Amino acid sequence: MTVAAHDDDHVHHPFLQHQFEDLGQQHEASTLGMWMFLSTEILFFGGVLCAYWIYRTIYPEAWAIGAAQQKALWGGVNTIVLIVSSLTMALAVRNASLGRKRGIVIMLILTMLFGLTFLAVKGIEYTAHWHEGLFPGTHFTWNEHPDIRDKVQLFMVFYWGLTGLHALHMVIGVGLLVWILWRAMRGHFGPEYYAPVEVMGLYWHFVDIVWIFLFPFLYLIHHHGH
Amino acid sequence: MDTEEHEVPHDVTPVWVYLAVFAVLAAGTIITYLASQVDLGWANTPIALVIATIKAALVILFFMHAIHSSRLTWVVIIASFVWLGVLFVLTFSDYLTRFWAIN
Repeated sequence: MTVAAHDDDHVHHPFLQHQFEDLGQQHEASTLGMWMFLSTEILFFGGVLCAYWIYRTIYPEAWAIGAAQQKALWGGVNTIVLIVSSLTMALAVRNASLGRKRGIVIMLILTMLFGLTFLAVKGIEYTAHWHEGLFPGTHFTWNEHPDIRDKVQLFMVFYWGLTGLHALHMVIGVGLLVWILWRAMRGHFGPEYYAPVEVMGLYWHFVDIVWIFLFPFLYLIHHHGH
Repeated sequence: MDTEEHEVPHDVTPVWVYLAVFAVLAAGTIITYLASQVDLGWANTPIALVIATIKAALVILFFMHAIHSSRLTWVVIIASFVWLGVLFVLTFSDYLTRFWAIN
């Protein structure tokens, strides 16, 4: 078989897919594709947040009382934990692009540990809310403000829905980190090929951004009372 | 370097930039919490929103490398937020004006 006008006779990189000209083009396609997925995620969370804001403008008092049921300290600590995990994720990508295998592995493990810490704190909060009767439906026995009980319950629907969707993304993210870590340990990544680490980072940072908004929206609503 | 045939972007951002962004994000979190503990009237909500938006922008620009991204990637990023804006503006142009009195 003759290969016309194909003058590069060197061996191709093992992770270069044949539809791409070179690894640079493949890297660009990977990050662009991830951003397209994230744009659907922005609108997915955006739709739920839009519904949240509609009810927040209709029931401001119930929203403030609902937020007052949250432990702002736990939410704040978890926000810091996620920001630290984003820092270690960014450093993992940096190490990958510089070909520092040990650095990638350490930073990915730290990112996983902070992600799991976040989920553990969320689990503590969920357990407490369950016992406080703050789970919507037949388990909703919370009744500190009988006049707006059902509106507070609606707030808690958004609380569980939004934090639950976020936590699901975290669980998926930790799973993806296991895979990327396995590949890093096998020495797959280096300066010429680290797009999977970069794309992993894009996903992880996006999930961090969602929480940056959820923290003030669900934990910190000031009630003016007039 | 004689391997310029690929243009895989190399992350040359110095570590101090990542640490500085992290410090601003952490400070923003603390300011968000402190501001929520003070009664600032109507301003409480906009302050929380502005701080969160600045934090998100920093993450996108530096941690997600948007600042070094291609124009095509920028189009996708900006388009996402334009459509998010359409979602909110059209929805609230309805909900926030439903109870306006006629005349």
